[in-house]
Amino acid sequence: MDALHEFCLRMGDNTLVLGHRVSEWCGHSPVLEEDIALANTALDLIGQTQMWLGLAAEIEGQGRTADDLAFLRDAWDFRNLLLVELPNGDFGQTMMRQFLFDTWHHAMLTALAGSSDDRVVAIAAKAVKEASYHLERSAGTVIGLGDGTAESHARMQAALDLLYPYYGEMFAADATDTALAAAGIAPLPESLRASCDVRLRQVTEEATLTLPASSFAHSGGKTGARHTENLGHILTQMQWLQRAYPGATW
Amino acid sequence: MYAQMVTSEAADDSPEARAFQARIDAGEKIEPKDWMPEAYRRTLIRQIGQHAHSEIVGQLPEGNWITRAPTLERKAILLAKVQDEAGHGLYLYCAAETLGVSRDDLTEDLLSGRMKYSSIFNYPTLTWADMGAVGWLVDGAAIMNQVPLQRTSYGPYARAMVRICKEESFHQRQGYDIMLKMCRGTPAQKRMAQDAMNRFWYPALMMFGPSDKDSVHSAQSMAWRIKINTNDELRQKFVDETVPQAEFLGLAIPDTDLRWNEERGHYDFSEPDWTEFYDVIKGNGPCNVERMTARRKAWDDGAWVREGLLAHARKKAGKVAAE
Repeated sequence: MDALHEFCLRMGDNTLVLGHRVSEWCGHSPVLEEDIALANTALDLIGQTQMWLGLAAEIEGQGRTADDLAFLRDAWDFRNLLLVELPNGDFGQTMMRQFLFDTWHHAMLTALAGSSDDRVVAIAAKAVKEASYHLERSAGTVIGLGDGTAESHARMQAALDLLYPYYGEMFAADATDTALAAAGIAPLPESLRASCDVRLRQVTEEATLTLPASSFAHSGGKTGARHTENLGHILTQMQWLQRAYPGATW
Repeated sequence: MYAQMVTSEAADDSPEARAFQARIDAGEKIEPKDWMPEAYRRTLIRQIGQHAHSEIVGQLPEGNWITRAPTLERKAILLAKVQDEAGHGLYLYCAAETLGVSRDDLTEDLLSGRMKYSSIFNYPTLTWADMGAVGWLVDGAAIMNQVPLQRTSYGPYARAMVRICKEESFHQRQGYDIMLKMCRGTPAQKRMAQDAMNRFWYPALMMFGPSDKDSVHSAQSMAWRIKINTNDELRQKFVDETVPQAEFLGLAIPDTDLRWNEERGHYDFSEPDWTEFYDVIKGNGPCNVERMTARRKAWDDGAWVREGLLAHARKKAGKVAAE
């Protein structure tokens, strides 16, 4: 089914691109424990990518693999949210991006336990355990830094102001989402919004941060219609070996 | 070997020091609360600290390739490996802390240049084959030294090493597996593998430190069992084990004097260029400046994060105390 194929690409591209971004921190984080945690998060995300893109390739049935999808598609075929392709910025921006993503990701994976497709249920069951830990950690870090020093508070507020306009895309539905919901494969995105908003309010309040008043939301990532300029640069790096040495096995 | 040229201090000749040496000679483990000569303690802090710093700086040359890893599986394996290195750093800093020094003190010593890390991490990783060469040769050389250190006299160090060795052996296998894929791959991949071999062979041999005849600190460290084998013994063992592996891969070792010596039962091989080694140790390696700049930047840029999280923890503790 086309909608399920599209859905797997969306899920897998989110984890692939965010995993790439998080892995950029390797060896450069503020404290050793964070180096370990960030590498671990990136590793979980890449593992989930293998499952989602593996299923996408299987549904496609054209003999392509998860690697082919990751390394040989161009930017317009990527279906990740704009949020995950944004640059790391400082550590606060990275953790705020992670928290916004984890909030939605955890809610989505939890809902997928009730999917009508067994393969989706199996992937979500494994991934939700990881997402639950990611959320606990990113929420805790947002709270700790928001409610830390004047400087850490200011940086976290700046990160929230910068990233909040990318939060809404996670809950915007298109024809694919409607078809998936009708088939019982995935929930309608807007059905996740209320619980995510509650968590977002709780965490930002505890972090002494203020949610921006405007609810404007950028879009174009999950449909592939208009990514940010960042994605091309990510792919330039990520896909370079596969592109430079076609047909080689690694 | 991730600790090179660690300055060992001479032991005193007090009755306590003699009793301490007798315990080591009897194969007993020294634990943090036991009496120990100050010189033993200080030497161990330098050695374990240098080893820990090597793990931390060692994240950089491999981290350099995570975003460019050629497949999802290779990316996941490399991430897991670099995460292991950070974990090794953590165990080792913890082991050093049992000797009465803090991790922050050791970090300051690294960043100010008072403490060193292994020379090998001052070499660049230029192609994907370097991920294979680092795993196979660099981790392979590290294992030569670390396996015997599982029996070192200081308990926390020995126990950290047991865990580290298990992971290092996985690292070496994944490195060899990358090399095997490259050597059985396209001509371009094979060329990459040979190029990595050419660049990493001598730096890997340097990891064991200077020749025994020039290694002035070994005797006391060996008496204390914080060094188990001499530099030349370990280097020879490494060469003897690596040559057949290179032959299996079909890679040439960049040493025209390398040959099997029937009489000795070992390979004869050329010494690395020790002038280059001392240059690297002094800060003139290809990547010294870059590695230290990256570590200082990570530490300085992270200051607000560490301060913020500590401030939050204090506020929380205050609230709990008030309740």
